Amino acid sequence: MIVRGISGARGIGLGKVYVYTHEDVVIPKDKIEESAVADEQAQIMAALDKTVAQLEAIRDKTAQTMGKKESAIFDAHILIAQDPALIDEAKNLVASEQCTAAEAVSRTVEQFAAVFSAMDDEYMRARGADIKDIGDRLLRNVLGMTPLGLSHLTEEVILVANDLTPSDTASLDKRLVKGIVTACGGPTSHAAIMARTLEIPAVMGVGYIDSFTDGARAIVKGSEGEVLLDPTETEWQEYAVKADNYQRQVQELKNTAKLEAVTKDGHAVLLYGNMGKVRDIERIKQVGGTGVGLFRTEFLYMENDELPSLDKQFATYKQAAEAMEGQPVVIRTMDIGGDKELKCLNLPKEMNPFLGYRAIRICLRHPDILRTQLKAVLKASAYGKLSVMYPMISSVEEVKAANAILNEMKEELRQEGTPFDDQLPVGIMVEIPAVAISAEYFVPYVDFFSIGTNDLCQYTLAVDRMNERISHLYQPLHPSVLHLIKNTIDASHKYNKITGMCGEMAGDPVTTMILLGLGLDEFSMNAASIPMVKHIIRSVTLQECQKIASLALFMDTAESVLNLAKTELEKRGLNL
Amino acid sequence: MVQEKVVITNESGLHARPATAFTQLAAKYQSKISLECGDKKADAKSILTVLTLGATKGTEVLLTADGPDEADALKVLKEFLTTEHD
Repeated sequence: MIVRGISGARGIGLGKVYVYTHEDVVIPKDKIEESAVADEQAQIMAALDKTVAQLEAIRDKTAQTMGKKESAIFDAHILIAQDPALIDEAKNLVASEQCTAAEAVSRTVEQFAAVFSAMDDEYMRARGADIKDIGDRLLRNVLGMTPLGLSHLTEEVILVANDLTPSDTASLDKRLVKGIVTACGGPTSHAAIMARTLEIPAVMGVGYIDSFTDGARAIVKGSEGEVLLDPTETEWQEYAVKADNYQRQVQELKNTAKLEAVTKDGHAVLLYGNMGKVRDIERIKQVGGTGVGLFRTEFLYMENDELPSLDKQFATYKQAAEAMEGQPVVIRTMDIGGDKELKCLNLPKEMNPFLGYRAIRICLRHPDILRTQLKAVLKASAYGKLSVMYPMISSVEEVKAANAILNEMKEELRQEGTPFDDQLPVGIMVEIPAVAISAEYFVPYVDFFSIGTNDLCQYTLAVDRMNERISHLYQPLHPSVLHLIKNTIDASHKYNKITGMCGEMAGDPVTTMILLGLGLDEFSMNAASIPMVKHIIRSVTLQECQKIASLALFMDTAESVLNLAKTELEKRGLNL
Repeated sequence: MVQEKVVITNESGLHARPATAFTQLAAKYQSKISLECGDKKADAKSILTVLTLGATKGTEVLLTADGPDEADALKVLKEFLTTEHD
């Protein structure tokens, strides 16, 4: 049986289905017989043993894959699980109120979590969440349920889920998860982005996952966006070979890491990686990325209830600057709002969040946020080659206002005698059609443009990219989008400035030739896409790409552009 | 039973990792060990109750140990609260 969805991450994965569901906990609230008290108490102790064993396994695995420091948190978790105050209280409740083990555990955990969650100190409040997390695991073990998260996987699987949240994927082991299938979401969902980062073949948005049963064989055809469920033995063998070949090809591509991103006729472009956390830099350098075209700084704002301090931001940016060893890092200022919430700002829910109060719009109303961030970037600029860019710009006034704050911060640093890069390049994200259309008005105020294709497409086409029912209308190759990209690039070139792209489109091999032909100077993408895009760049000439691009600009549908792009790749044997 | 008032002098108090280490250390002794701070009392072997004290640097706590190895426990735990850990 073939199940169709949308391609989330390329590659072919074979394995047995594991359906991951967020099973709700139902706590039996009935009174127990007095004679059953000892039994229920023993259940708590048994569940505790199981919980500790699971946590130890997670700790050891984390120590192995991420390092000792990251695994230390689980030592604290084990200690909390074993805490005599918690366990004794739960056991006492069973005896005194004759309630079930599950109810006793649940009430005790809630009680402790509430104490911590009500504290003033942010650190202690975070421990409240830890207690709930551990309590949830303990409770599920009492009830004989599978704990949340994916850390309990022990064999190779095709992971099938409605959707995956960051906390699900945090414990995902790349060696065990051979493929991912989700019912909801598209290529820009968290699950898809994660799959591409980890290079796990993935198919998103298949709609219903009822036909998937645990243990059934499945083949995930990531590039096609298809899943083969219960394949024949012949198909299984055939795809096992294909999967091997694909792996080999990917490996060969990685070997090109040291080569330059230059076309056959000598046109060089910048091939950069996108990053969220400093540790991503290692991957970018591994695959031959020569810079960071997008450093998303949101995690600094999202991991705490408080705004990140100057020192904390400075330390992070400095680390990134140093890790790139003199190669450029473009730091995007806070891009919160839209689909990313921010606890510390307590933003009200909006009717239309993507058209609402977000990113630079928040920063200009709360200039202190921008002040702190820009000062941190400037301070860190003394330790490497940094640039800064503002997201969600829609008017020239916003650029001027942000630049005024930047200059104010430079003056402060001068007064303090702190070193910084006075020539720090400044750019804007081009993601609102208004800017792409009138790009020429913006050029005088910036050093570069960076096109954010995800938002540019969604705003140009008025298509919510997360809405599956209209996802076919989300067409990055829509003629209007191509013309906006061209207009942006042309405007920058007219003033000898450059245009980069950091949206999904920059890393899509299908569009590489067209973008080259349009004159894009810098391609910034997920590290995993760099080898393939570089391979294409090195296999073509700028001249032929320019011809293809001008042909594409004459076409009236996204489909015809897509066909053109695919045919041209196939002609050159570049379709992977 | 032995008792002693101790002023916490280590930089991070009984927060985070120091609290974890303190609890693990206390668990090595057979004696019942408690910490009191104002009207709050904690079982030294329970990380949750120790954390609830919120004892920072400069806080005075009453350390009590009761059991066969009480003298040792008091001495070692007192030392823990007054030296730097990182």
